[in-house]
Amino acid sequence: MRDALAKKEAFRHYLKTLRYALYCISHPLDGFWDLTHEKRGSIAAANTILILTLVARIEKLQFTSFLFNKVYWPGVNIFLYIASILFPLALWCIGNWGLTTLFDGKGKLSQIYMATCYAMTPYPLMQFPLILLSNIVTKEEGDFYLVLSSISIIWSAFLIVAAMMQIHEYTLSKTILFTVGTIFAMLVMVFILLLFFSMISQGIAFFISIVKEILFRL
Amino acid sequence: MKETIAKISVCLLCALIVLTMAQPRTASASEGYTYNYDWWGDVQYSPDAYEVVGVYTASDLGLDTEFNSPSGLFIYGNRIYVCDTGNNRIVELERTSIDSFSLVRVIDSFYGEVENNTFSGPTDIAVSSDGYLFICDKNNGRILKLDRDLNFVMEITKPEDDTFDQSLNFLPDKLTVDTAGRVYCVATNVNKGLIKFEADGQFAGYIGATPVTFNWADYFWKRVATKEQREQMESFVPTEYDNLYMDHEGFIYVCTTNVSASNLMSGKEDAIRKLNMLGNDILIRNGNQPVIGDIYFDEGGGYSGPSLLTDITVFDNDVYVAVDKTRGRLFAYDDQGRLLYAFGGNGNIDGYFKQPVALDHMEKDLFVLDAKDCSITVFTPTEYGSLIFQAIEQFQNGEYTASGKSWEKVMKLNGSYDLAYIGIGRSLIRQKEYQDALDYFELKWDDDNYSKAFKQYRKEWVEDNIAFVFIGVFAVLCVPLIIGRVKKIKHEMDTSDIIK
Repeated sequence: MRDALAKKEAFRHYLKTLRYALYCISHPLDGFWDLTHEKRGSIAAANTILILTLVARIEKLQFTSFLFNKVYWPGVNIFLYIASILFPLALWCIGNWGLTTLFDGKGKLSQIYMATCYAMTPYPLMQFPLILLSNIVTKEEGDFYLVLSSISIIWSAFLIVAAMMQIHEYTLSKTILFTVGTIFAMLVMVFILLLFFSMISQGIAFFISIVKEILFRL
Repeated sequence: MKETIAKISVCLLCALIVLTMAQPRTASASEGYTYNYDWWGDVQYSPDAYEVVGVYTASDLGLDTEFNSPSGLFIYGNRIYVCDTGNNRIVELERTSIDSFSLVRVIDSFYGEVENNTFSGPTDIAVSSDGYLFICDKNNGRILKLDRDLNFVMEITKPEDDTFDQSLNFLPDKLTVDTAGRVYCVATNVNKGLIKFEADGQFAGYIGATPVTFNWADYFWKRVATKEQREQMESFVPTEYDNLYMDHEGFIYVCTTNVSASNLMSGKEDAIRKLNMLGNDILIRNGNQPVIGDIYFDEGGGYSGPSLLTDITVFDNDVYVAVDKTRGRLFAYDDQGRLLYAFGGNGNIDGYFKQPVALDHMEKDLFVLDAKDCSITVFTPTEYGSLIFQAIEQFQNGEYTASGKSWEKVMKLNGSYDLAYIGIGRSLIRQKEYQDALDYFELKWDDDNYSKAFKQYRKEWVEDNIAFVFIGVFAVLCVPLIIGRVKKIKHEMDTSDIIK
């Protein structure tokens, strides 16, 4: 009985935190402050928003009218497509956390992740209706679609900056500086990863060729 | 038991391999001869639109001496004129049936009181509608006008005009004649466009020079270079044309091989232009790919660089065909600039070329003159090629339903042919069957036609469902209002003192 009650309570809390995303996107400064400082957000809700974003992006591929999104199906790799969001997100969170902890950032890694996911809310929120819209407009009226579509992304980008500002308790100029810094950190990480993987593959290739050589000689 | 099964399966496998190998290879041999590009620019092989009737050398045509680097081909009615440049003669042939030709005469001199009654390196010939022969007698520096019995009528020599550089020789290379007897000529070393002569041989200026292209980096280097360095550099001048063709409406199609790959792809240079009387380019380029022949020119088989379209011919249905001297291919485009098919190649088999130089058509048959092979290849449309022509002509004549039917037949022969789908769709639009048309356009990524059909479809749908649309709008706008109202009243009732 108590278990059921606790579950119900947890579920209600989850719904409440999920609904809080709507408050965040309309009142970014106030919303993101309370998100961490008043604990009005939850990782579960952040995960939900992230999954919705991924779903929106995949659905967009399939269901957007071909007038606006011509997909070369033989070239689509769904896992790469999903990774194209998850990988930059992971880099962003780690890069931002690594940089801001050194410079008085108050946000923890989990909070950075949560706030970033909350800031992505406009994307699924707008892209799902836009998929419908794309199917009822012609090419000449396509500007409506394109403008709304870019608004969803610009809005999200703006929210991410606002979120970082609030959870780290930074000023605006400092936030912008560290946003640029984070992007550099991401590039450095990509570079190191590339270096790492190419070294590994070269190393493996080296040992494979040695083994082959030995087998030939035997 | 197990062994028997294994044996049987091995036998079956062997039989299968033998059978597959014994399959006639004709299907796969012809694959790769004719192709097209789809919306993505991927190569889609198609059935052959043209097949070879025969390859004719001079001896096949009843001549004693073989052709020697022939360079000009002209067809008038069922007469074929071949400019045998190396032998200083022009050969006139008559086509008696689809695959037989009879020699009419060999023109190597003409009558009349002129200094020189023979030709020196004739490069092109044209016959006007009133029967006069116009010949580019290139090395003699003149254009000759002869009547049909080869009597001298007139000659056009170097224009005595300031716009023509008098230090240069007049070397007319290709020409065409309009219905009024005006001569348009492509001359070597002249880059101001086509030289135009009035019917009386008077020089009348130039038309249709290509716009000059240059890029800023070249301009910068030219500014800092010394005078000696500048002279070594390429100068920014218009390019020369290679060949020209006057279509049935009097528009002149010109092609040039002085092109670079990057300028072709960026649209700064055109391989083919259609000139109106003012010399402006009015070629329609609505295709998914630019009108430049091959769109991929990676090196392969010893050939590199873009297609060099060296001659062009135009059918009466505005379909034009150009021949590429790099890879020996023929490209056919429709009046909208969409590639219908491309075929050919370099090689020794019939239907392949060594060095195609000239191209002309007789009704729907194509004649290609090969300068190195010294032969004429005659192509005739296959069933597939004829159906494409039929569908295009029916659409041009307003027989939209019939055109759709023809495109359906084309689609049965080639299921990956974009134009067939779009053709069916366009015919469906004309028949007001918008919803069906949408599917065809969507399959082949034709967003312009899709939007056209969708606009009509949407209009019809809204008109049919106007009641639901109103109810929907009403619901969206008014229901939240009413709910809000009800809630408010309920709240007031809950909190009012009287009820408490």
